[in-house]
Amino acid sequence: MAKLARKVAIVGAGTSKFGSTFPLRRIPEHISDAWINAVESVDNGVDPKDIEACYVGNYSADLFNHQGHLGPMVSSLLGLNPKPAPRFEGACASSGIALRQAVITIASGLMDVICVVGIEVMNEVPTSGVTDALATASDATYEYTAGATFPGLYATIASAHMQKYGTTFEDLMRVAIKNHINGKENPFAQMQRSIRDLMDSKMKRIKDSGGEVPDWKDEFDYLNSPSNPRIAYPLRLFDCSLVTDGGACLFIASEDVAKKFTDAPIWITGTGQASAAIAMHDRNTLTALTATTEASRQAYEMSGLGPNDIQIAEVHDCFTIAEICAMEDLGFYEKGKAVEAVRNKDTYRDGAKPINTSGGLKSKGHPVGATGAAQAVEIFKQMRGRAELNRQVKFDVEKAMTHNLGGSGGTCVVTIYEK
Amino acid sequence: MSEENEITQNNYLKFLSEGKLMGSKCKKCGNVDVPARQLCSKCITATTEWIEMSGKGKLAAYSCIHVGTPYFEKKGYDRKKPYCFSVIELDEGPMVSAQLVGVDELNPKETIKIGMPLKVKFLPVNIEGLPEKVDLGFEPA
Repeated sequence: MAKLARKVAIVGAGTSKFGSTFPLRRIPEHISDAWINAVESVDNGVDPKDIEACYVGNYSADLFNHQGHLGPMVSSLLGLNPKPAPRFEGACASSGIALRQAVITIASGLMDVICVVGIEVMNEVPTSGVTDALATASDATYEYTAGATFPGLYATIASAHMQKYGTTFEDLMRVAIKNHINGKENPFAQMQRSIRDLMDSKMKRIKDSGGEVPDWKDEFDYLNSPSNPRIAYPLRLFDCSLVTDGGACLFIASEDVAKKFTDAPIWITGTGQASAAIAMHDRNTLTALTATTEASRQAYEMSGLGPNDIQIAEVHDCFTIAEICAMEDLGFYEKGKAVEAVRNKDTYRDGAKPINTSGGLKSKGHPVGATGAAQAVEIFKQMRGRAELNRQVKFDVEKAMTHNLGGSGGTCVVTIYEK
Repeated sequence: MSEENEITQNNYLKFLSEGKLMGSKCKKCGNVDVPARQLCSKCITATTEWIEMSGKGKLAAYSCIHVGTPYFEKKGYDRKKPYCFSVIELDEGPMVSAQLVGVDELNPKETIKIGMPLKVKFLPVNIEGLPEKVDLGFEPA
């Protein structure tokens, strides 16, 4: 059975303020802001001299910013030269992989303290450039020539899931509504507003301009209106995560030194990573992401925990359907049954199993290469009772999980955290 | 094996441009892969040979894409004129990705049904500045 050779903890974690910030805030600012935020979270302080390596997760600054070789760029900004600074790429799972590799390195005994940085600044290119850059994480020869976009690939999964399990458009909307309610309470979120807020302000704008005010009774009416256009049927605008500029920073330490930084480290007790065919047509199912199942199996086995032990989770909701698939493929719910939990609001902050208390990729934002590390930041805050505004769950979180996907599910990293 | 018969991505695409959907069949285990592969996906040995597909199958999953790739924008699609990306299960077993044509992309619920029978349709591409080629398509049978 795969085990870590020694205990590893997160002792500090922070993000930049996510948003569409280019050109005002670019790669250096998001790295610096995330670093500052993470340093502030280390109870007893951290000195750059303590850090032995900087592991960088970045998907494609090459395509978004015409900048490759992110490792030494990050280490230069943070005063970490000449420490090693490798870059990890696994599409949207890039910094989840960087985190996992930091854990493995420390567990091996090679190092005691590693800084993990996730970074992506996507708004330097127009929408078509973003669509194209993201599409390179699918199969370039067979999927791209058939017209695949990322919303299109997840929409294809949604079409099969809806057909097989009776998942409805309203179920997808429920995921988005919940995540925006959470994001409203996250000062680092790109869209710090509920869908109800967005609906009300749109109605006010129409009223103020003398137009005919739509007859929207609730969020569902709003999401069923032309204000929520189709992006890739069956997915609409509010099923999609955001195009985001952001950075995240984590300090990872061995058991030997963790207590030097804090009396309340968050232990990483399980880590798993798996792959699946890059092209969806080469997989044996379209309604489940098998890399999620396998990565979580590894993480559960390592930690000795099961799906029912996990109290809260940050899952990779790059699209609303992805959250529903994750809830099933992580074993939280049987296949086809996650929508019942969605309908019962079990995944709300005050529900039986809160999911994406940060607002998720939907509302907090999805700077793709930074997302895996940013998910760990939310878990770090929730487990230490320090989530901002009204976002902190009302019970003591002792066991939590992050789930980070790359591409249409070709890569998956699952991490389990304990106090 | 001569170069023109070798199982390569380039030769697969060349066959496509001649109106042939080609897979590879493993001489060892009988497994069929589409698009063709040098290494059989089941036993990972280079014992594959070309096999032409019937071009018949059924729709496994799809999406009508309004915000498309720059490549499909060049093909003339936009927000108001979406195209249909689809995954098709071939009669021979494997699945392929292809554009689904001959359907009403603006009314998918009414006109596109998962499980509907399809047949191959080779789609010539003539985009200024790009070499002429053929993309894989399917249409209702």
